[in-house]
Amino acid sequence: MSAPVQIETTVNGAPQHQDVEPRLLLVQYLRDVVGLTGTKIGCDTSSCGACTVLVDGESVKSCTMLAVQADGSSISTVEGLASGDELHPVQAAFREHHALQCGFCTSGMLMATVSLLEEIPNPSERDVRLGLEGNLCRCTGYHNIVQAVLAAAADRA
Amino acid sequence: MIPAPFDYVRAGSAEEAIAALGEHGDDAKLLAGGMSLLPLMKFRLATPAVLVDVGRLRDLSYVRDAGDHLAVGALTRHRDLETSELLARQCGSLRAVAAEVGDNQVRHRGTIGGSVAHGDPASDLPALLLALDATFVIRGTGGDRTAEARDFFHGFLETALEPDELLTEIRVPKLPGAGYSYQKFNRRAQDWATVGAIAVRNGETRVALVNMASTPVRATGVEEALAGGASPAEAAERAAEGTEPPGDLNATPEYREHLARVLVRRALEAASR
Repeated sequence: MSAPVQIETTVNGAPQHQDVEPRLLLVQYLRDVVGLTGTKIGCDTSSCGACTVLVDGESVKSCTMLAVQADGSSISTVEGLASGDELHPVQAAFREHHALQCGFCTSGMLMATVSLLEEIPNPSERDVRLGLEGNLCRCTGYHNIVQAVLAAAADRA
Repeated sequence: MIPAPFDYVRAGSAEEAIAALGEHGDDAKLLAGGMSLLPLMKFRLATPAVLVDVGRLRDLSYVRDAGDHLAVGALTRHRDLETSELLARQCGSLRAVAAEVGDNQVRHRGTIGGSVAHGDPASDLPALLLALDATFVIRGTGGDRTAEARDFFHGFLETALEPDELLTEIRVPKLPGAGYSYQKFNRRAQDWATVGAIAVRNGETRVALVNMASTPVRATGVEEALAGGASPAEAAERAAEGTEPPGDLNATPEYREHLARVLVRRALEAASR
């Protein structure tokens, strides 16, 4: 066991202070330390994107980032998207277009989409497919996911 | 999967990082974005006793016009390369190849210096930098030295970097208006290249290959043929000359040789348009 490191983050707007082991992954920090289990561990090898969260507004794979690397950062997870009972527009579009089957990839897909639409507010279908290449849906439900992202973008415009 | 335990040192400057490397020697590894190192550590293929985090050295993140060349800070993220207006005007190939690395999430974290220092022959940017005849600036305890890209990649994950040195800057030529193309073949969108071929055309044509040997390599046979007046299709037939492609689950060496010839032809044709 190596020396713990003190980190301070903001997770979905709430300040956090913890001592963590340096090898603690960001996804474990979020799930096991902060207690937010909406972020999933899928492949655990930075391929599938189920663990995608936003760090300072940009999508990252939290299974391939150390909690100590997020020190001082603002982190957003799927739990932070909705306002009370009101779904985030991307969540609403996913529901409207039935953009999920088993749902395991969904929190990662949502967070990757939020980041993508910040970078490309009016994406083409190709932009969406390329922009979500880091997120796998093993139900292969890509068609409806792409439709939902395009609809969410159109709603924002 | 969880990495083996290690001690964590956050460097506040390049000098602090180099001092920490000097103190811990071969037991220490530099951590930039971590997109290559952390997976290796999770698989326990790498078990450094000390990680020296240089990821917060913002003064090593830049793309600058340095007069006769462009200077790129080693900690510049792929995302910053693919959105750089200066690169769009002066070195479009670097911007285009950076946009082919991994996926959005990887490009938000990964850095050009990390990719170069890791020395993986399947990486996209090292092959491009070889084609561009880039120069690397390396800082150690005795100050800065430079290394040419053609002398830098020594073998699989082996480079000219000493254990107590830090790559600080990548220098690339200004090539406004140069033609270029990166043809990357893989089985899934975000995968490493099974084989990649890069052509940069600025008067003469330079060609480099991804994942065709234990290091990125120039396709010298192709370059010679083109200089001698061969057509792209004729020159591309020499793409696999002198290579030693690996065999793995994705491709046999023979298939990689075939891919190299096809991808080089496509890259040459696209770079000529």
